[in-house]
Amino acid sequence: MCADTATKKDHEEGTRREFLNLAAGAFGAIGTAAVVWPFVDSMNPAADTLALASTEVDLTPIQEGQSITVMWRGKPVFIRHRTKAEIKAAEEVPVNALRDKEEDKDRVQKPEWLVMVGVCTHLGCVPLGQKESETKGEYGGWVCPCHGSHYDTSGRIRKGPAPKNLSVPEYAFLTDTSIRIG
Amino acid sequence: MAGGQREKFDNPVVEWVDSRLPVFTLMQKEYGVFPTPRNFNYFWNFGAIAMFMLVTMIVTGITLAMQYTADTTLAFNSVEGIMRDVNYGWLIRYIHMNGASFFFIAVYIHIFRGMYYGSYKQPRELLWILGVVIFLLMMATAFMGYVLPWGQMSYWGATVITNLFSAIPLVGDDIVTLLWGGFSVDNPTLKRFFALHYLLPFVIFAVVFLHVWALHVTGSNNPTGVEPKGKQDTLPFHPYYTMKDTFGLIVFVIIYAAFVFFMPNALGHPDNYIPADPLVTPAHIVPEWYFLPFYAILRAITFDIGIPFTDIALIEAKLGGVIAMFGAIVLLLIMPWLDTHPVRSARYRPWYKKALLVFVFGVVVLGYAGSQPADKVYWQTCIGSEAACSASDDHHGVATDTAHTGDDHAKPEKAPMVLKFDNTMLAQIFTIYYYVFFLVILPLLSRKEKALPIPKSLHEAVLAKAKASAAK
Ligand code: HEM
Ligand code: FES
Repeated sequence: MCADTATKKDHEEGTRREFLNLAAGAFGAIGTAAVVWPFVDSMNPAADTLALASTEVDLTPIQEGQSITVMWRGKPVFIRHRTKAEIKAAEEVPVNALRDKEEDKDRVQKPEWLVMVGVCTHLGCVPLGQKESETKGEYGGWVCPCHGSHYDTSGRIRKGPAPKNLSVPEYAFLTDTSIRIG
Repeated sequence: MAGGQREKFDNPVVEWVDSRLPVFTLMQKEYGVFPTPRNFNYFWNFGAIAMFMLVTMIVTGITLAMQYTADTTLAFNSVEGIMRDVNYGWLIRYIHMNGASFFFIAVYIHIFRGMYYGSYKQPRELLWILGVVIFLLMMATAFMGYVLPWGQMSYWGATVITNLFSAIPLVGDDIVTLLWGGFSVDNPTLKRFFALHYLLPFVIFAVVFLHVWALHVTGSNNPTGVEPKGKQDTLPFHPYYTMKDTFGLIVFVIIYAAFVFFMPNALGHPDNYIPADPLVTPAHIVPEWYFLPFYAILRAITFDIGIPFTDIALIEAKLGGVIAMFGAIVLLLIMPWLDTHPVRSARYRPWYKKALLVFVFGVVVLGYAGSQPADKVYWQTCIGSEAACSASDDHHGVATDTAHTGDDHAKPEKAPMVLKFDNTMLAQIFTIYYYVFFLVILPLLSRKEKALPIPKSLHEAVLAKAKASAAK
């Protein structure tokens, strides 16, 4: 560092020490991230949790106008045998009037069977409306007891703080009267 | 901290230890002769009381942990076992359960003391911030502790609070899955909450250490907010304040013990004695009382914030509520920079004093609002014909709620006007005041408020008070 020119040149392009500091810092940061990630990821769902993926349900005992609740991945799934009136009400709603715009036909595979995760999209409570005796809210579907979100006969959010419609899980009809969820 | 001058101790064992590790010198300096303002009132007891509560929670917590099982199939029964089978299990659990409430009572009073007497101001900003950090850690600890007995409130409280994080744009759902370790609150969630519930109190302990260290650098504030200027303004901590703290602590513990022995479940919720059921949400879920004001703020945001006259929501109601709730704590954190008025104590700031007392009232009302159903109607009247109104009542049926969110397109035509004042509106009013207090009133008063004359020194203030009461 005695030659004047060398110092100047070093400074313009950064000194070697600066380069080494930067390189060491970058290595350290990447190394730390590589060590931290396994610990963070260990908190994600474990393989056995992921494996509990599917549930089969026999639909025959469910009369028109009745609903049942089954467990799937630790969550309630609502299965409703909808009445003609409910289907009609769901289909007639203009999509533009909805917060989360979805046609009824995109939410069902067969109009009389509505299958969806019974977890309010606000903060996760289970909406009321499954049992005959429970209130069904202003739109004849479900209503969440926690902060009052109202869902219609297609499980779409109509009023209250929830941002999204009740979600439809992946499912397939195995026969005319049984389905597999997940 | 150590080093420096050391006084000789008479006891040879103490002297032997102290010359190698000067812990006795340290205690003598920080808690023996430590110069403390001579005019403390009883508000200054609550730091020591909070410390006592922290130790109580750790001792009872560790003994509970020896009997408790963190597994969804066993947790509820293990807590019932503690209540029925373990010797004095009921006592230890009730001390722990009510201890959380009394810890929060002490800390809330402690925070109020700081706000009233301006203890957050220069040069104690960092001391204040460390205090808010302790408060946040306490909330996290208490929340996770409440999940452990795995009752209905445990389960649904955990569900609602963890779901708050799903409001974060883009990564929200992934974060919630990460928190749960699954697709809902379940066994992995319970186990990690237990691990963290065990850990966090010790983290709190460490932050309390820093908090007290910072306190011993700046020294205590006092009811006048005037800094002590010399020996005539202070007293040695021992025996003056060790005695005063002990007296206050005894009174506090008597009240605490009355709860533990005579009404141990008064502050809790009966639903938590029903085992957790993932398929049934209790009709009315409420958090523990110490979270209620924040819960009310969370629920107060029932509207999307977006570009006017379009459907585009920049901040959905759900995210807005979460931001408002965490924002309420961030405001506390930055309070030293919102209130820059040179006078500390509210005693000499008539306007600040009023605004602060209204603020405290507002927080209490928010607490009440948080405990009530969102759709509770306090007052309503009808514009138009009575008949039309009662018809519209029928139409609303049961839960007519929170939502002024709009989207009422499917309503019958020409609904009569019903004016009403419900719980959500109550919460909204005081949420607004909460924010206005910090963001408008504090900065405004900092510039405009004319303070009353402040005493020149502490001993002058003390003597003046003594003279006044002698004259009576
Ligand atoms: C900052 C200090 C602490 C706070 C605020 C706190 C808060 C709580 C709360 C609110 C509960 C629920 C009580 C109930 O309703 O049954 C609880 C339970 C529990 N806590 Fe703590 N706790 C603290 C420290 C500790 C520590 C240090 C341990 C040690 C491991 C511990 C172990 C437990 C256990 C095992 C339970 C479950 C048994 C029960 O529910 O009674 N806690 N805690
Ligand atoms: S969780 Fe359903 S409305 Fe809040």
